[in-house]
Amino acid sequence: MGRHFREELEQLNSDILKMDALVEESVAKAITALRDRDPKAAQAVIDNDTRVDEMELVIDERCLDLIARYQPMASDLRFITTGMRLNGELERIADIAVDIAERVIFMAGEPLLKPLVDIPRLTAVAQKMVKMAIDAFIARDSAIAKQVLRLDPEADSLRDAIHKELVEEYMIKDPSTTPRAVQLLLIARFLERVCDHATYIAEDVIYMVNAEVVKHHPERL
Amino acid sequence: MRMDKKIRMKARKVEFFYGTTQILHGIDLDIFENNVTAIIGPSGCGKSTFIRLLNRMHELVPSARLKGEITLDGKSITSADVDPVEIRRKVGMVFQKPNPFPKSIFENVAYGLEVNGVKDRHFIEDRVVSSLKKAALWQEVEKRLHDSALSLSGGQQQRLCIARCLAIEPEVILFDEPCASLDPISTHKVEELILELKKDYTIVIVTHNMQQAARVSDHTGFFYMGKLVEFGRTEDMFTRPREKRTEDYITGRFG
Repeated sequence: MGRHFREELEQLNSDILKMDALVEESVAKAITALRDRDPKAAQAVIDNDTRVDEMELVIDERCLDLIARYQPMASDLRFITTGMRLNGELERIADIAVDIAERVIFMAGEPLLKPLVDIPRLTAVAQKMVKMAIDAFIARDSAIAKQVLRLDPEADSLRDAIHKELVEEYMIKDPSTTPRAVQLLLIARFLERVCDHATYIAEDVIYMVNAEVVKHHPERL
Repeated sequence: MRMDKKIRMKARKVEFFYGTTQILHGIDLDIFENNVTAIIGPSGCGKSTFIRLLNRMHELVPSARLKGEITLDGKSITSADVDPVEIRRKVGMVFQKPNPFPKSIFENVAYGLEVNGVKDRHFIEDRVVSSLKKAALWQEVEKRLHDSALSLSGGQQQRLCIARCLAIEPEVILFDEPCASLDPISTHKVEELILELKKDYTIVIVTHNMQQAARVSDHTGFFYMGKLVEFGRTEDMFTRPREKRTEDYITGRFG
C-alpha cells in the first residue's frame, strides 16, 4: 500500500511510544512515591491516569480505523494487531501504578513495617522488563523480547521471598503487624503483575517480528 | 487438524512460451479437491496464462508452446492424444467480463449441452433449472427465462456464465478475475457462490483483489515474473508469508 498508509502506520507507532512514555512515567512516579512515602506524589499518579485512558482509546480507534480502511496483510496486519494488544497491556500497567499509588496513600499515616529491601529489587526488575519489552518493540527485535521472558522467573522468586518474609517473620510472629504487612504483600503482587504484562508485550513482539506464537507454548522459546 | 485433501490437478515443471518469449518458468503447483486455489500476482506475472493452461485454452494462440506436464487425476491433459474439448468439458472456465451469448437466458445455459449433442428436452430443462439454482440466479430469472441474457445486470450475467459452465457438469472450474467488472454487491454474491460451489467442485481463481483471495480461498499461489514464488495455505500467506517478495507484494511495498 501507498505512502499514506505508511505514514499512518508511522503515526500509530509514535502513538504507541507516547503511550509507553506515559505509562513508564506513571510506574516510575508510583515507585518514587512509595520510596518517599509521599501521598501527594501518589495522588498525582492517580490523577494522571485519565491521560493514559484517553490515549488508550485513541490508539484503539486508530488501529480499528486502519484495519477497516486498508485491510492490511502480513507484517502490516501483525503490527497493527500487536499495537492493539500492546496498548491494552500498557494501560493495565498504568492501572497497576494507580493501585500502588493507592497503597502509598493508605499507608501514609502509619510507620513503615520494615525497611524495604526486596520490594525495591522487584521494582527494578519490573521497570527493566517493561523497558526491554518496549525496546524490543521499537527495534523489532525478538531476541530482546525473549530476554524479557527469561527475566520473569526472577520476578516470581522475589515476590515469593517477599511473601515468605512478611508472612513468617511478621504476620505469624506478631499478628498485630498484619494490616501493614498486607499492604506490602499487595504491592509485591502488583509489581509482579507489571512483570507479567511486560512478558505479554514481549510475546506479542515475538509474534509481530517472527510471526511465531510463543504464548502458552514455552517450549518454542 | 485439517486433513490433507486429494490433489485433483498437478502442474510439474511447466514452462510456457509465446513464440520465443518465455512467460512461465518451471511452475510446480498442486490443486486440491474441493478447495479454492487463488492465484495472485501483479499484472503480467503469468497468472492468467497459467490458468488458461489448465484447460488448454492457450492452444487457441498459434505461437503458444508448452513444456512440462499438467495432470488431472493423475492423467496428462497436455499430451497430444488428449482431446482438448474433453478437457474443457471437465475443466470449465468463467472469464473476467461476463460473456453471455446474445440469446435467451435459457438458451445460454442449454448451449453447452446442445453442442455436446444432448437432445432430450426434459433433460435439458432440468439441467438448466438446476444450474441456475446452483449459480444462485434462479429466483431472479425464473419468470423471464426466455428474455435476452443481455437484459440482465452485469452481476447477473456473470452468474449466468457460471450457470452455463455448471450445466455441462465440470469437475474443476477456473475463474479468471470473475469480479473485475462487478460492483461490491455482485462481487459479494459471486464470492458466496464460489464458497458454495467448492463443496461440489474444485476451484481455481485468478484475482487482483488480495482481500478476495483471502476471503474465498484455501490455498494461495503468488506468481511473479512467470515464477511461482510461494504457495501455501491462504491463512499463512496473508499473515505470515515466508518469502520477502510475497510480503512486499501483499503489503503493497512492491516497486
